[in-house]
Amino acid sequence: MSTTQLLFWFLSILAIVGAIGAVGSKNPLYGVLWLIVVFFAISGHYVLMNAQFLAIVNIIVYAGAIMVLFTFVIMFIDLNEHPAIPKNMYLKAAGIIAGLSLMIVLVSALSRAGNSHTILRFDTGVGLIKYLGRTLFNDYVVPFELSSVLFLSAMIGAVIIGKKESGETVAKI
Amino acid sequence: MLEIKWYIVLAVTLFCIGVIGALTRRNSIIVFLCIELMLNSVNLLLVAFSKMHMTDMHAGGALSALNAQIFVFFIMIVAAAEVSVGLAIIVLMYRNTKSIDINFLNRLKN
Repeated sequence: MSTTQLLFWFLSILAIVGAIGAVGSKNPLYGVLWLIVVFFAISGHYVLMNAQFLAIVNIIVYAGAIMVLFTFVIMFIDLNEHPAIPKNMYLKAAGIIAGLSLMIVLVSALSRAGNSHTILRFDTGVGLIKYLGRTLFNDYVVPFELSSVLFLSAMIGAVIIGKKESGETVAKI
Repeated sequence: MLEIKWYIVLAVTLFCIGVIGALTRRNSIIVFLCIELMLNSVNLLLVAFSKMHMTDMHAGGALSALNAQIFVFFIMIVAAAEVSVGLAIIVLMYRNTKSIDINFLNRLKN
């Protein structure tokens, strides 16, 4: 087994364990920490596939910005209140069965596709910042600029949604 | 070297773990985390597919590979914008119902 394969299996097991931990954790804060593990494993996959730019962006945007945002929101929220709603075990079992069936269908359908044995070429240098930046600022300038408008509108929307209106009283439950 | 099917299996596994979490958990923050997990598994699969059909940097397949990775980059941009709005909605929901349980969302009807 070559080093690439060993790294692939290590990162895959790390990602799947982290994903199960994120889904199964009681405390959302631990879920966020597990998800950071998953994001680092996925960034390792990107490096392994020679997509260095996306690996760096994944770490900066996901493991950095988005997860910090999640932690802030979790700190806003008092997690100690446990609402007294009985858990519906049938719904939970139905969800797990549905997800596993989806996985079986997708794996069996996709892995029997004609070219599923294509061997990936990792040594091509496509993921380097040099080539990706050239493509981004030559062919995709307009979407790049539009994404700044998207960010502005998302920011204004988040501020307007999260703003406490004057004279608003907190609803009593 | 690695075949594409292992990446398919890995991405589908991560996606289905996210689906199971979004279907079974009731904490809205964890449901949102599961959605992020699904987005990331799709990104992983896109990057893996971008490495499928090419021989070297200056051949024809490299151009579509570059476009695929730019596409992943834009998916990340949209996900970042989506997270900010979604978390604002969760904070608003907590302020109105004093809970982040998604079962309390049926109170929006009244």
